[in-house]
Amino acid sequence: MSLTLEQVRRVAQLARIDISDAEADTALGELNGIFSLIEAMQAADTAGVAPMAHALDIAQRLRDDRVSESDQRAAFQAVAPETADGLYLVPKVIE
Amino acid sequence: MKHGEVSSGWEVVIGIETHAQLATQSKIFSGAATAFGAAPNVQACAVDLALPGVLPVLNRGAVECAIRFGLAVGAEVAERSVFARKNYFYPDLPKGYQISQFEAPVVIGGQLAIQVGDSEKIIRLTRAHLEEDAGKSLHEDFQGQSGIDLNRAGTPLLEIVSEPDLRSSAEAVAYARALHALVRWIGICDGNMQEGSFRCDANVSVRRPGGPLGTRREIKNLNSFRFMQQAIDYEVRWQIETLEDGGRIQQATVLFDPDSGETRSMRSKEDAHDYRYFPDPDLLPLVIARDWVERTRAQLPELPVAKRARFVAEFGLSDYDATALTASLEIANYYEAAVQAAGVASAKPCANWVMVDLAARVNREGIDFGDAPVSAAQLGRLLARVADNTISNNIAKKIFDAIWAGEGGTGEDAADRIIAAQGLKQITDTGAIEALIDEVLANNAAMVAEFRAGKEKAFNALVGQAMKATKGKANPQQVNQLLRSKLG
Repeated sequence: MSLTLEQVRRVAQLARIDISDAEADTALGELNGIFSLIEAMQAADTAGVAPMAHALDIAQRLRDDRVSESDQRAAFQAVAPETADGLYLVPKVIE
Repeated sequence: MKHGEVSSGWEVVIGIETHAQLATQSKIFSGAATAFGAAPNVQACAVDLALPGVLPVLNRGAVECAIRFGLAVGAEVAERSVFARKNYFYPDLPKGYQISQFEAPVVIGGQLAIQVGDSEKIIRLTRAHLEEDAGKSLHEDFQGQSGIDLNRAGTPLLEIVSEPDLRSSAEAVAYARALHALVRWIGICDGNMQEGSFRCDANVSVRRPGGPLGTRREIKNLNSFRFMQQAIDYEVRWQIETLEDGGRIQQATVLFDPDSGETRSMRSKEDAHDYRYFPDPDLLPLVIARDWVERTRAQLPELPVAKRARFVAEFGLSDYDATALTASLEIANYYEAAVQAAGVASAKPCANWVMVDLAARVNREGIDFGDAPVSAAQLGRLLARVADNTISNNIAKKIFDAIWAGEGGTGEDAADRIIAAQGLKQITDTGAIEALIDEVLANNAAMVAEFRAGKEKAFNALVGQAMKATKGKANPQQVNQLLRSKLG
């Protein structure tokens, strides 16, 4: 399997990465290189092997349902570009 | 449109996705509080803000809620489930992805019984999965800017997905109501729809009966049962008209505008739904040990369906009464406690009192059954006095109001105290009633004459006079009988 330039542009658009035509060409070559590695791995017989969701074969540890964080809004908002009335301000977005 | 019916040759197909906010103290992946109504961003910690270097740690309480739900709907609680990233960009989603579950959800299958008219229908569930909520964007008040409040970001949600088994807006609403009652019953969600704790999306399509499924449109964010009904009815009409006019339905996400009563398409880009899910490398698979599931099963309250059946079998209630009395855990608990105090023989009058007198009062004052000033034990003891003929039902209503107003004290014997203090004990002594009736007949000769002339109305007037003479303390049937024998 190999990607098209069109697909690379679409993935970049979805990830909000602004890439030039030259960068898209480079990315296409690199991504296809990765795909060829995957293709090689596909050759291994994995019938009957459950896919892993994580590189570590251990289970998630859980925390108790307890509030452990206090209000640190002032500290967080001190480094925010713009705030008002306790809100973070961003360029207007309406869908 | 009537439920389960084909509208002018079309069949309606609806599936519902529900977001239930889980009733935990802290967020699903952080230790920030989830309380509603806090000042903006005071409950948004470094994890919720997605500051560099933070990692999510899963809340045991949220998982427990998912297990409870799975057991309550007879679903499979997955031994192993996986968290995935759902990628999209929006300012109220600081990480650029929402942590959700995709290929391996925590709850698989299950079903919910709904009551539509007189019949019951089983609605199959596809799945339920854990995920985090996003923050809130405020678009007004800021010139050319949006304000972001991340208090809600990271709040635990259970997304519950039904199969497309619903066939009308009435069935959709019955499903949403049943689900709403269930999540509150098992204590995993407060169900507050105004605060957004329980919100539904409806996937609606129409087809020719027996034909292939039509293209669906998704109505987002229905936060009231009334809007759900209106939105689906409008959407179904619109789809049928569009198809009958030779048009085609385009898959779309629509919003319901309560002011116009219409659904309208959200402007959204073509790639809006390409979420590029993949397993979240920050989280290991969630493994739920079977003994945890069994411990949780043992702690579940008796479920509404089981309780309803027991009310019918043990107390001889009708299906209708049993359904009404299991509408919520509070009303069911109140009713059972009242029956316990009154005796099983009073189960039916208890049902009437709880559904009519108590419900009216509780609704009027906007309080919960559990907070009613007349406790279940007090009501039960009051009705026991009706059952043993100490007082009439009419006097019982007066005593109920008195207890509600704080008379008789807070003890279970409040009714007995009021009966004793106000001398409300019913007069059952025939001699005493006869003496009062004789007096009434002597003082109302005109009415007696009218009755003898054949006017039945005059008899009722005489009963009224006699009851008045006994200050309502005589048994009306007994008065009736004695009066008739004296006039006869």
